[in-house]
Amino acid sequence: MVDIPYEAIADVPRAEVPDVELYHPKSWVTKYVFSQDAKVIAVQYALTASAIGLVALVLSWLMRLQLGFPGTFSFIDPNQYLQFITMHGMIMVIFLLTALFLGGFGNYLIPLMVGARDMVFPYVNMLSYWVYLLAVLVLASSFFAPGGPTGAGWTLYPPQAILAGTPGGEDWGIILMLASLILFIIGFTMGGLNYVVTVLQARTRGMTLMRLPLTVWGIFTATVMALLAFPALFVASVMMLLDRLLGTSFFMPTLVEMGQLTKYGGGSPLLFQHLFWFFGHPEVYIVALPAFGIVSDLISTHARKNIFGYRMMVWAIVAIGALSFVVWAHHMYVSGMYPYFGFFFATTTLIIAIPTAIKVYNWVLTLWRGDIHLTVPMLFALGFIITFVNGGLTGLFLGNVVVDVPLSATMFVVAHFHMVMGVAPILVVLGGIYHWYPKVTGRMLNEVLGTFHFWVTFLGAYMIFFPMHYLGLLGVPRRYYELGDAAFIPPSAHTLNAFISVVALTVGFAQMVFLFNLAWSLFRGKPSGDNPWRATTLEWQTPETPPGHGNWGKELPVVYRWAYDYSVPGAAQDFIPQNQPPAVQSLHGARP
Amino acid sequence: MAVALILLLILIGSVLFHLLSPWWFTPIATNWSYIDDTINITFWITGTAFFAVVAFMAYCVFRFHHKEGRRAAYNPENKRLEWWLSVGTGVGVAAMLAPGLVVWHQYVTVPADATEVEVMGQQWQWSFRLPGKDGRLGTTDVRNISPDNPMGLNRDDPYGQDDVVIENGDLHLLLGKPVKVLLRSVDVLHDFYVPEFRAKMDLVPGMVTYFWIKPIRTGTFDVLCSQLCGSAHADMRAKVIVEGEREYHAWLEKQKTFAELLGRSDLKKVTYKYGGE
Repeated sequence: MVDIPYEAIADVPRAEVPDVELYHPKSWVTKYVFSQDAKVIAVQYALTASAIGLVALVLSWLMRLQLGFPGTFSFIDPNQYLQFITMHGMIMVIFLLTALFLGGFGNYLIPLMVGARDMVFPYVNMLSYWVYLLAVLVLASSFFAPGGPTGAGWTLYPPQAILAGTPGGEDWGIILMLASLILFIIGFTMGGLNYVVTVLQARTRGMTLMRLPLTVWGIFTATVMALLAFPALFVASVMMLLDRLLGTSFFMPTLVEMGQLTKYGGGSPLLFQHLFWFFGHPEVYIVALPAFGIVSDLISTHARKNIFGYRMMVWAIVAIGALSFVVWAHHMYVSGMYPYFGFFFATTTLIIAIPTAIKVYNWVLTLWRGDIHLTVPMLFALGFIITFVNGGLTGLFLGNVVVDVPLSATMFVVAHFHMVMGVAPILVVLGGIYHWYPKVTGRMLNEVLGTFHFWVTFLGAYMIFFPMHYLGLLGVPRRYYELGDAAFIPPSAHTLNAFISVVALTVGFAQMVFLFNLAWSLFRGKPSGDNPWRATTLEWQTPETPPGHGNWGKELPVVYRWAYDYSVPGAAQDFIPQNQPPAVQSLHGARP
Repeated sequence: MAVALILLLILIGSVLFHLLSPWWFTPIATNWSYIDDTINITFWITGTAFFAVVAFMAYCVFRFHHKEGRRAAYNPENKRLEWWLSVGTGVGVAAMLAPGLVVWHQYVTVPADATEVEVMGQQWQWSFRLPGKDGRLGTTDVRNISPDNPMGLNRDDPYGQDDVVIENGDLHLLLGKPVKVLLRSVDVLHDFYVPEFRAKMDLVPGMVTYFWIKPIRTGTFDVLCSQLCGSAHADMRAKVIVEGEREYHAWLEKQKTFAELLGRSDLKKVTYKYGGE
């Protein structure tokens, strides 16, 4: 049943498409280091994010060693444990996931998928990466600062974050953290403006908004949200820095610090929480929406079938983006805020489940009556669906205000956000890398290693976080260095913790197989050709692979159809590239 | 085939884990079993959704796996199906939200006959205060905190003189009596969490927060601080003992009031001054 009207792929006459003034680098340094080419910037973002992400991964191993085998590792003390969880969380959410999806995937794919030569502000785009790198270095330097990094939790709640009882509170740790966030936001704004304006203004002829692949919709919407949400974190960070450095009291009521009355007074800790979560909730959707978009493209390409309900998918992405700004206080149900807010935020939070569920239905309905190739990217997409559904559904527990009361700050929350934000989007990142690596390098990643990597990662991550929910139902709190003497915690729970730790270390080491595959395939991978997955979207239709400077050669592509003409009845092949005009539909793989 | 089977096994394994796992709610000790009921409703609804989606996906992988000559169907959208799926999801969401909000309304509505108890949190111990014979808690201020006045009561406030002060000790509660737990922090955020009580709330310096419970069984329960409060967050523990009238009053007799504590440490004053000087 074809609802798309035929004029959607009507012939568009070729037009003079003026060549954009593109910066032409002359030296090695301007080609590969201080590069204005979004493809190079993308790789820079991806490598930096992965490097700092590996640091955060190692921190998670240390945390799991402590939780699984308390008392065994004397080099981990309570302060360090708090520092590990804080740095792990902040790095993973902001410096890895956000940077990788927007700076990495966004920079590489947006110009190519919209048919542009590059981003619209290439110089600012280049600066955005170097500011991001500076932010990463400032954050990393806190490991070496006196007092070490902050141990305030990634949420950095005052008053404790800037006081003596918390690691990094009275010396450098919190200052460096806040400075790195401020830098990140500045850098991100530079990049973000590029992504948004490029999608709005630099689409090639024939590429209407409703012909964009969902990958672009996901990254675009996430970027708009980020430009609106990050300012809240920016001001909260500045205000906290002022409280810490100048003794202001934005967030500091009259209080004692380790028994001594301080000079603070009049401020509100809840103000920080509102600002932080006004940013923080959209932030988790900033991580999720690009994943939604990318997985839609992975599923449709590898099942040789159009994404089911494209228009609803676009609507759902935009609706989720908008709604995500009115749910933030579900992170604050037990914060002491005015209790009647709970009614409002529980309602909006559960409403946001509806567009999200529609997306899930549409993913599985894309598989229905498809032609499913179980390639490595498809496996990761299937893994995403299971883990995202699981993680999203546990969100309904936590969003329902009174249900959240006994579960808040327990391991149920930790299990929920890891499953929905750590496991599911990471599976999409990995699937996306297996999918687009041939475009970036011209070579395929090894399929045997990839299949192994998938199963260990997916099954392992599921076995880490699924049982963890039940520890939370018991009442086991989060951010606890050790559980100590607690009558309500049975010995079997301690055994479960040890099991989870063993699985976590196994999954961690399996990532080394992936890193090996990335490096090895660069030199020894099977040459991929231009379009190994026989995909319809524009990035696969470049004249060279990897794409050359300016992406398209002399002429920009012209787009005649939406991004999902897979298995069109009557077509000779099971895919029709977006830039293939209707007149030459019957020729095998012919380019216009 | 293999992949579809593994997906199905994950699904069945998850359901079995849920049914057979020994890790579940702690036995409840207060009136808040409505919270447990709402959680159970949520498990049923979300569990059904999880099962349906993953089973359908496993079936698709099994049935529509690529074979030589297979061609996918071409159906860009189906508005009727999407509409009904949305409505169904909305109904499921409402079925969870409705009981949840009803119980939340109970949570924020303190019964008129509730007594009051104050929990004071500081890095890293719990202290407690009871209203004493006059039934009212005296006012406090962080600036009053001193070695002989660790809870910071206002010495001038007559209502505070008979407040029972339990510094760094355990709290006892009377079985069957609703109690409004007032929460006060003098330094950073804390959270008073007793898993068996289900109810909890953060302690926020500069504010007084609350929750209410009615203990329904006797026992000794662990208090865990449940909002990261610094280095010794995990060690900030106490105990709550719920007991019957006789034991409770026996315990109460032994506790010290603010006036008594002041008197003992303030040897210079001959008489107490009620109402200030």
